[in-house]
Parts: sequence; C-alpha cells; structure tokens
Amino acid sequence: MAKTLALTGNEAAAYAMMQINPDVVAAYPITPQTALMQKFADFVADGDVDTELILVESEHSAMSATVGASAAGARAMTATAANGLALMWEIVYIAASTRLPIVMPVINRALSAPINILCDHSDSMGCRDSGWIQIYSENAQEAYENTIQAVRIAEHPNVFLPVMVTLDGFIISHGMEDVTILEKAEVQNFVGQYKPHYPLLDPDKPVSYGAIDFHDYYFEHKRPQADAMENAKGVILEVGREFAALNGRELGLFEAYRMDDAEIVTIILGSTAGTARPVVDELRRKGIKAGLLKLRVFRPFPAEELATALKGKKAIAVLDRAISFGAYGGPLFMEICSALFNTGVHIPVLNFLYGLGGRAAEIENIEEVYEKLQNIAKTGKVDNFLNYLNLRE
Amino acid sequence: MPGLKELSKKEELLCGGHRMCPGCAAPVIVRQILLSADTHVVVGSATGCLEVSSSIFPYTSWRCSWIHNAFENVASTISGVETAYRALKKRGRLDAEYRFLAFGGDGGTYDIGLQALSGALERGHRMLYICYDNEAYMNTGIQRSSSTPLGAHTTTSPAGKVIPGKKEFPKDLTGIVAAHNVPYVAQASPSHWRDLTKKVAKALDAEGPSFINIISPCPPGWVYPQHLTIKMARMAVETCFWPLYEVEKGVWKITYTPKEKKPFDEWSKQQGRFRHLYEPRNRHILEKAQVEVDRRWKELQRRAT
Repeated sequence: MAKTLALTGNEAAAYAMMQINPDVVAAYPITPQTALMQKFADFVADGDVDTELILVESEHSAMSATVGASAAGARAMTATAANGLALMWEIVYIAASTRLPIVMPVINRALSAPINILCDHSDSMGCRDSGWIQIYSENAQEAYENTIQAVRIAEHPNVFLPVMVTLDGFIISHGMEDVTILEKAEVQNFVGQYKPHYPLLDPDKPVSYGAIDFHDYYFEHKRPQADAMENAKGVILEVGREFAALNGRELGLFEAYRMDDAEIVTIILGSTAGTARPVVDELRRKGIKAGLLKLRVFRPFPAEELATALKGKKAIAVLDRAISFGAYGGPLFMEICSALFNTGVHIPVLNFLYGLGGRAAEIENIEEVYEKLQNIAKTGKVDNFLNYLNLRE
Repeated sequence: MPGLKELSKKEELLCGGHRMCPGCAAPVIVRQILLSADTHVVVGSATGCLEVSSSIFPYTSWRCSWIHNAFENVASTISGVETAYRALKKRGRLDAEYRFLAFGGDGGTYDIGLQALSGALERGHRMLYICYDNEAYMNTGIQRSSSTPLGAHTTTSPAGKVIPGKKEFPKDLTGIVAAHNVPYVAQASPSHWRDLTKKVAKALDAEGPSFINIISPCPPGWVYPQHLTIKMARMAVETCFWPLYEVEKGVWKITYTPKEKKPFDEWSKQQGRFRHLYEPRNRHILEKAQVEVDRRWKELQRRAT
C-alpha cells in the first residue's frame, strides 16, 4: 500500500535508496546533496538498510570506490553535486565505459567560479557526453520514482550503463512536498536482486577490468556503448510502464502538457516545468494555444520522438539552465535544433538562458517567454534567437 | 613459510608474456608477493608500468581477478571491492575467502594517489597496498616524483649546466603511512626475498590495512645494465638508503641490519642517473645525500629501540 509523506527532494531520494537497499553506497558531503546522505546514514545507523556505507575522503574516491564495488559484483550507489561531480569527472567516464550500472542522484548546483551553492544545470550538462543516462526530476515525487526506476534501467542486460538522476538543488532538494511512496517490499520486488555480468568476486572465473586498448580495439568498444545508450530508450519506457502498474503514474521520455493542439511551446528540464504549467493553464483560459514539453530523459536524447511531438507547432522556446560557452545556444537548444533540422521540421526556435547560480525563474519570467513566442507565431520572424531571462543588463 | 622449492611449484598469478622491460624489478616483486597468498585474491593496479604492460587488450597477464581504474585511485577502487566483498558475504551471496591487494608505483602512491591511500588506510579496509617504488614516473618516460633521490637526473629534473638534477630529498612515505597507525607497515626489497615474503604473510594476516613499500630498480630510469637489478636493490639496502624494517601494531623493528653499512656512493656510482654528481662541482651533493641517509638511518634506529 502506498502512503504519503512530507519529504524534501533529498529525503525522497534517500527513501528510494533505503527501499532499494543497495549492497554498497559511497558518500562524501557537498551542498546541496548533504541532506540526502545524512538521511541515508540515518537509515544505516537505525538498521533500516544493511548497506555497507563507505564514507570516503573525496568525491573522486566516492566514484572510484563505487566503480570498485560495482565491478566486484555489488549494487552500488553514490550521490553528489556540482564541484563534487566535477572532481569525480575522470571516473564518471570510466564508470560508463566500464559498463557499470551505478545509480547516482545529482543534486543540480552551479559550478564554480564564482562559488555558488544554488541551482543550475551546469554540473550535469557538463558531463552530457560521459556515457551516463541522465534523467531529470521535476519534483520530489519524481526524484523518488526516478531513483527506483534508474536501478532497473541501469541493470537491464541490453543497457548496463550508469544512470544519473538529477533534481534541482534547494528548489527540489530542500523543498518539502507530499510524496507518495511505495512499500519497501514492493520496491524490493521491483528492483529484484542484482545479477552482475562479470563480477571480480567470482572464484571460478577470474576477470580483468580496465585493460589498455589501442587503436586496434578502442573504437570497437565505443560502438556497443553507443548502442547501449540507444537501447536505453526502449528500456526506460518499459520500466516506466511497469512502475506505473504500482503507483498509477507513468513517466515517459518526456511529458507533453496540453501539447495536442498547442501552437507555442516551451521545452524545460527540471523544476521550472512546474512553474510553467500554471502559466500554460492561464494562457489557455485566455484562448492562447500554449503547450509545455517537460523533458525527463536528456540522455539518451529522444530526438525523433521530440521532433514528432513538435511537428506543426508555430514557435518553440527552449529553456537552458546552463551555458555552453562559445556554442550556438545552450545544450538543450542545440540538441532540439539538431533533432528538428534532421527530421525536416522547420519551426522558429528561441533559446532562453535562465536560472544560473540559483537565479529565480518566476511565473512572470515564463509569461515573458510565452509572450515572445506569441509574437513570433504571428510574424514568423525571429530577431534574436538567444535571450537571457531575468538578467540585469 | 614455504621454501623457494615449494613456492616454485605454485601456480603463478602473473603470467609470463607481459611487456615489462627486461630487468624490471616490478614483476619479480609482484610474483614474490602473490606466491605468498593462500586465498583467492583481487588485485588492483594504479595506472603505470605494471598496469599497461600486463593488460594489453585482448590479453591479460592476470590469472586472478584484476582491476585497473585510474592513476590516483587504486586505494579507493580496491576499498570499494573490499567493501562489496563484506556486503556480499554478509548477505550470504559469496562463500569464498578473498584478500585484496593494490599495486601502485611511486607516482601513483607518493604523489597523485596519496589522498586516496590515506583515506583507505583511515577507513580500515582489509587490504594490502604495495608501492613498487622505482623512484620516478617511469611509464611516462622518467619524470621526477616525490620519491626521486636528491641529485638524480630525470627528464623533468635534468642534470643541466646550472641545476644538477633533483633538488629535494625523497618524501618518507613509509613513515607517513605508519603515522596512520594501521596494523602493519613495512619497507622491503626484492633482493631480500625471504624478508619480503615474511612481511607479505604478516600483512595479509593483519586485520585491517597493511602497506609495504618496496624498492624497484629500473634499468632505463636508473641507467644501469639489466642484469644488475637485484644487485641495485641489495645495494640500496646495504647503504641504508633503503632500510628494511616493519612497524607492527605501532612497534618499529629493523628486520635487516647490514654487517657493514656501505657509503651511499657505492650505490649511486653504479647508476647513470647520478653520473653528473661525480663532476668536481657537484661532489657536495653526494656529501649532502650521505648526511641525509645517515640522519634517516639514525632516526630509524632510534624509533626501533
């Protein structure tokens, strides 16, 4: 039986981890992830899990120990944010390329400098090419559900890739909401027991991990990794459907909100989608055909699916909570443009960079986005595709 | 302790056919160590000579389970493996007995891996960390590390017209590890194989982290003929540049005292990396090195009484 608790996003993710009861968790404190691991440490101390918790001396070692534990044959998890993710960068890539199904909540926070502990997506966006599946959460409920589903996605035999579950720092990690959680037994049953592929700890079959590859093999080892990422798309949908049988909420690759007859659409990752929903409702009341596309899965990027959903719209705004310096727009914008271009969908696309370093994205900021979209929908003309939202200039 | 004859019949966990240089001490050290293990083992390797030379895909030289993760993190990687072992044992998913070993060179241990090593020691993982210390970054082409001796020529501390090689004394890593108060810490040499294998047996029995720092002569890096490797290791011991000792539960003990302590120069003069120190203008560096070797030896004797 499901029950509803008042939980912060960090607590919701920690609850998911408690119900998963992984074999090994490595932890190192960083704001705003700290509260998650504190909660999980409580679960360990109180015997709610029998996970072995390694309290390492850095994030680099957190990911290194998680890699060691996962290769050994354990279900292993860690969590981090911002500079912590940046410090473990080297091993983030190694985890993915060693095909280890690690699950890691990332509490999105701005990267230094200047040092800033508040939300943006520069940390997870920075490792969008690392080979990790990336699932973004709008709220604490999704942080809970995504963390549980991530285990099944990562460990699927056609995938075997690590999964990053992101939630917006402070906005979600420290905001308290009603979260409906499953029984521990239901979660245990859902995730099942981990079946490692080639564990180090198999006395009958010793294995070597981390061999050196040269020009003669490296490329051949990258291709199946790319294929596994592609396979993940179907697995994410399948796992989402299976989970929906437990709680009645199905999470897909993205959520299309009032999209069917929409003419103007914003595309958003994370908590700001929750701010945009009432704006869409208000515009609809005024007879304006506004829609919202909340992207849940950024890696693998559902390009064809998005292009299909966006086809026939009059104007699109992509909201990016990270800058890709020197690039043609933010990371999400570039991906959306590529998806549309290659599928022959020609719609004006605006890019809004917003929310860096915790800068608020309020209702009125989102209204401004839709206003611009309305003008473009009328005129078909884009003067300046790149916009900075809620910035003093 | 089994004798050499018995050990020679045991299956080796590091196979021949690896690509280490002729005369390299590291595979000799690894084989001596692995012969001392009576259980299953998982070996972790830091990036370095041993790692790249023993795992060229699609081959592996390792008959036991082996993991290489990166350069600076073999201690944290093996601590993850060891933790997984405890987790799986606790949950009844594994019966077999295992021991966990990590191999890092001096670059991966004294320098870039020191933090990970310190963390793993403090956390108390039951693992044996071996530093095979060849006194420079040999894998990348002989760059100085914090283990490189005073005056030694390396490609980043070259013997130039103005600066005659490395300016600093090596870091006392064994002492730093001992300061973590782990159950077993030792310094050893492949020239004294019985001393080394005894130390390995003690280290593997220790209920907690153990560490052995082992001198590992390198013909291309130290510049001496390949067949003299074991002699180079022995001379490092006989000069007390590399004393053999152990720190067992906090008790310091010298495990080998040379009958007659040889001058530092008898070791250094056989290696091309010190050649420039024999020019008259650089003789003072040799003298300085001797003073420091003597001071450290005295300090060790004081600790061991």
